Amino acid sequence: MEGRLDVRKTYKLFIGGAFPRSESGRTFAVADAKGRFMANASLASRKDARDAVTAARGAQSRWWDATAYNRGQILYRIAEMLEGRRAQFEDEIERAEGVSARRAGAQVDASIDRWVWYAGWSDKIAQVLGSTNPVAGPYFNFSVPEPTGVVAAVAPQRPSLLGLVSVVAPIIVSGNSCVVIASAECPLPAITLAEVLATSDLPGGVVNILTGAPAEIGPWLASHADVNALDLTGIVDDGVATEMAVAAADTIKRVLPPSASAPDWSADPGLGRIMSFVETTTVWHPQGV
Amino acid sequence: MTTLLDDGIATSNATLRRYLHGLPGVDQVGAEGRAAMLATRSIKAASKERAIDLAISMVDLTTLEGMDTPGKVRALCAKALRPDPTDPTTPHVAAVCVYGDMAAIARDAVGDIVHVAAVATAFPSGRASLAVKLADTRDAVANGADEIDMVIDRGAFLAGRYLDVFDEIVAVKEACGTAHLKVIFETGELRTYDNVRRASFLAMLAGADFIKTSTGKVSPAATLPVTLVMLEAVRDWHRQTGQRIGVKPAGGIRTSKDAIRYLVMVNEVCGVAWLTPDLFRFGASTLLNDLLLQRQRMRTGHYSGPDYVTID
Amino acid sequence: MTFDYAPAPESRAVVDIAPHYGLFIDGDFVESIDGTTFKTINPATEEVLTEVTEAGAADVERAVKAARTAYKQTWSKMPGRERAKYLYRIARIIQERSRELAVLETLDNGKPIRESRDVDIPLVAAHFFYHAGWADKIAYAGYGDKPYGVAGQISPWNFPLLMLAWKVAPALACGNTVVLKPAETTPLTALAFADICRQADLPPGVVNILTGAGQTGRLIVESPGIDKVAFTGSTEVGRQIQRAVAGTRKGLTLELGGKAANIVFDDAPIDEAIEGIVNGIFFNQGHVCCAGSRLLVQESVQDEVLDALKRRLATLRLGDPMDKNTDIGAINSPEQRARIDDLVKSGEGEGADRWSAPCALPDRGWWYPPTVFTGVTQAHRIAREEIFGPVLSVLTFRTPDEAVEKANNTPFGLSAGIWTDKGSRILWMASRLRAGVIWANTFNRFDPASPFGGYKESGFGREGGRQGLAAYVKQEVV
Repeated sequence: MEGRLDVRKTYKLFIGGAFPRSESGRTFAVADAKGRFMANASLASRKDARDAVTAARGAQSRWWDATAYNRGQILYRIAEMLEGRRAQFEDEIERAEGVSARRAGAQVDASIDRWVWYAGWSDKIAQVLGSTNPVAGPYFNFSVPEPTGVVAAVAPQRPSLLGLVSVVAPIIVSGNSCVVIASAECPLPAITLAEVLATSDLPGGVVNILTGAPAEIGPWLASHADVNALDLTGIVDDGVATEMAVAAADTIKRVLPPSASAPDWSADPGLGRIMSFVETTTVWHPQGV
Repeated sequence: MTTLLDDGIATSNATLRRYLHGLPGVDQVGAEGRAAMLATRSIKAASKERAIDLAISMVDLTTLEGMDTPGKVRALCAKALRPDPTDPTTPHVAAVCVYGDMAAIARDAVGDIVHVAAVATAFPSGRASLAVKLADTRDAVANGADEIDMVIDRGAFLAGRYLDVFDEIVAVKEACGTAHLKVIFETGELRTYDNVRRASFLAMLAGADFIKTSTGKVSPAATLPVTLVMLEAVRDWHRQTGQRIGVKPAGGIRTSKDAIRYLVMVNEVCGVAWLTPDLFRFGASTLLNDLLLQRQRMRTGHYSGPDYVTID
Repeated sequence: MTFDYAPAPESRAVVDIAPHYGLFIDGDFVESIDGTTFKTINPATEEVLTEVTEAGAADVERAVKAARTAYKQTWSKMPGRERAKYLYRIARIIQERSRELAVLETLDNGKPIRESRDVDIPLVAAHFFYHAGWADKIAYAGYGDKPYGVAGQISPWNFPLLMLAWKVAPALACGNTVVLKPAETTPLTALAFADICRQADLPPGVVNILTGAGQTGRLIVESPGIDKVAFTGSTEVGRQIQRAVAGTRKGLTLELGGKAANIVFDDAPIDEAIEGIVNGIFFNQGHVCCAGSRLLVQESVQDEVLDALKRRLATLRLGDPMDKNTDIGAINSPEQRARIDDLVKSGEGEGADRWSAPCALPDRGWWYPPTVFTGVTQAHRIAREEIFGPVLSVLTFRTPDEAVEKANNTPFGLSAGIWTDKGSRILWMASRLRAGVIWANTFNRFDPASPFGGYKESGFGREGGRQGLAAYVKQEVV
């Protein structure tokens, strides 16, 4: 059919498993690498951030109650769904980041493979980070890694998909829920990822994605008393990072600072991110008749 | 009698079992921890002197050997009345404890000054028919024993036949007449503190005047933690019924230091009301000499030696 | 018949307190450059024990520099198996001098000699033994093997030498050097530890002890020469430190306050649970971050438990900490005593019922009788704020999930106790309680192999065990 108009996607926020617009009604124009208009994305407000935290907290205990096996299966399904929709991601990345189709494809490959890698970690974290401890008395003593709770994260500006995946997956694999501020420059792959998450059996609220200005809503998340930890990976301004870290101190949040130098997103992630958001709980029980 | 029995707790094995198993349990590590902490109390000077005298007055001086003879029993009784011939201020012991067939000899030797406790009911194993056990009891009483130390049927207890154990105690108590009854659990065979707690309440329900840890023929015999559990039981029983029941650890208590640790435990778990031979006894033989040696040391200021206490 | 225990005092002759102490920097005791002096006092008698130094800015700089030089030139070049042997030596010397250290701790802190002798000092030695064994095996722990460099450490007054051991042993085992400030009311065992480092021939600068108060602590935390900060103390100071460190690249671990729930179910072993409650809040006069300061008792057994508890509390012996039979010692300072008083008054004002054990308080020194508040709810200040004294708040619950909810309903998350005969319930509760340390059918157990630390405003990071090493090994996050 010649001259058919395409039905453009509306890019909204992802909160509690649903796609609401910002309660402020605001949007911002997203341009591609050449400056041409791509879409209007929702400009998240502090109230959206607040709602996202509520959704994250509401979802977290159920997510942690699921078995590690179940969480791993869900992360793997996310990889399956991502693989199935890879063309859409490649297109968005190519246009937004101004990279070649090949480079966009490599980023999508790496993102899918990263979900698969983290899926496999789900039921191994306890074995690698936990222990039984040989205390000097008639007690059975063991330590288990438990999720810290709700993590607020700022995704890297680029790479817009792989960076987001590299921040979110290690947070949720251990049973945390998260509120993540997507790349401000290239937010669209984040919302498309939200669509993938919404179709992957991931319970609503486990991941909440806000598009907007990290410097505006970040500090509200940093000071929010119901957020347990802060991942500042995507904050580029040292001043904003310090401001957020100072605000986090009021409630003794765990803070992962921005990387000292530009991370190599293709490198083996190791356990550093997973460990940043788990708490070790140690249990004692007497052994006797 | 108590309202617990009136409530029908002992009408069947099932109801008795439900009652005993409904009692709060005992955590082994916690109980042993408390006993160990109480054992760190340091009792010195005047309080040590008084504790030694108290301990002496609580000893059931014991001989329970196959080779006991009238001569042996008479020597034991003489020592019971006059533990330290060099010091007439030394208190006499609470009782002598002998086999039932020696009770008459013992009674003749001690008169009314100390009690005569006889073991009965096929001591130490308890493996005989009820008729034999009751005959054993009546003989001892007829021969002059005013205290009977019976053993419970551990086989029945461990097999869950609580009512059989209960009925036996009731029958022996009746056969005692006016003699007072100590019920020996043989805690080394009961093995768990939960069992000791249940046995304590069972025995008190059945009419025991004293509950006693061991025969001294099985190891482990008395220990601080097992005695702690029994002291907690008599304390709780008193709160529920107003009755004070006595406790007797027996076997394995050899030194004054041990004895004083037991007294500290009685003091801090049950209170001063139990610090009397009417409610606490030591079943012991070698303990007495160590108490006497310590007493002499406190009197003279120097360490004493075995030549200064009598062997019997 | 009564059974009064005659006084059984531990002898003071084993300690030798100098009239004045300087700072321990670069392997020697030196006089301060720009600091002042202050007194340390025996809280049981108000006697002045000695004069110690408050390190000033130049002193801090000197110590940090000594630690840096020792790190670069000696400690980071030394193979782990050699570092291990220093730690083993220190452990041995602690055992050898254990009587002296216990007496010193009791004189300076006010805790009963039985506690310092039987709990604190043995654990100190154990901590050094345990971490000595890690020194040449760090890579096996799973966090890499790069130390931070120079660690700035601030320890509290409630378990002075033990908290020092919790900081110094892992730091050294992982290859860091340290600058440590003990609490201003309890400096003496840290100074004795400095002497122990000398006796062990520890290379100069590896351990530096700077006595002082809040200002000295601030200077250490803010010093640019510090790579890692470790703090144990109040949540309020923890916040200040976290703010000060924000935006720097310094590592940080915090071990802060708590308001732990000790949960007693209707099927608990009652006598042992009572011991656990008593141990939970009255041990160390309640000066314990992980104290079981809230008793959550199942409503169906509250009368039985409270009766037994009050009878047990009446047998606690309060008095001279140097007496071997004392259970409850002195409150560490008049400031702390005033704070306890203030919170107790608020409890009475808010309508809770107060009961205190009938014990005679000595005329000199600072004391507080074991106190129990019943009729407490979550809305009372005494249920929310850390009192850090021998005051127990009793609340009730009906069901296990209500117990979990109430236990978790606090910004703190350090520890919790569970008393029940049912194993499946223990494991169910343990996975839902947001507390870093959970004691089931026991309380206040510590061990160098067992990681200790909190959730939420009780801090982050762990001390002890394999997981505790993560505090002193610099991990890269990709």
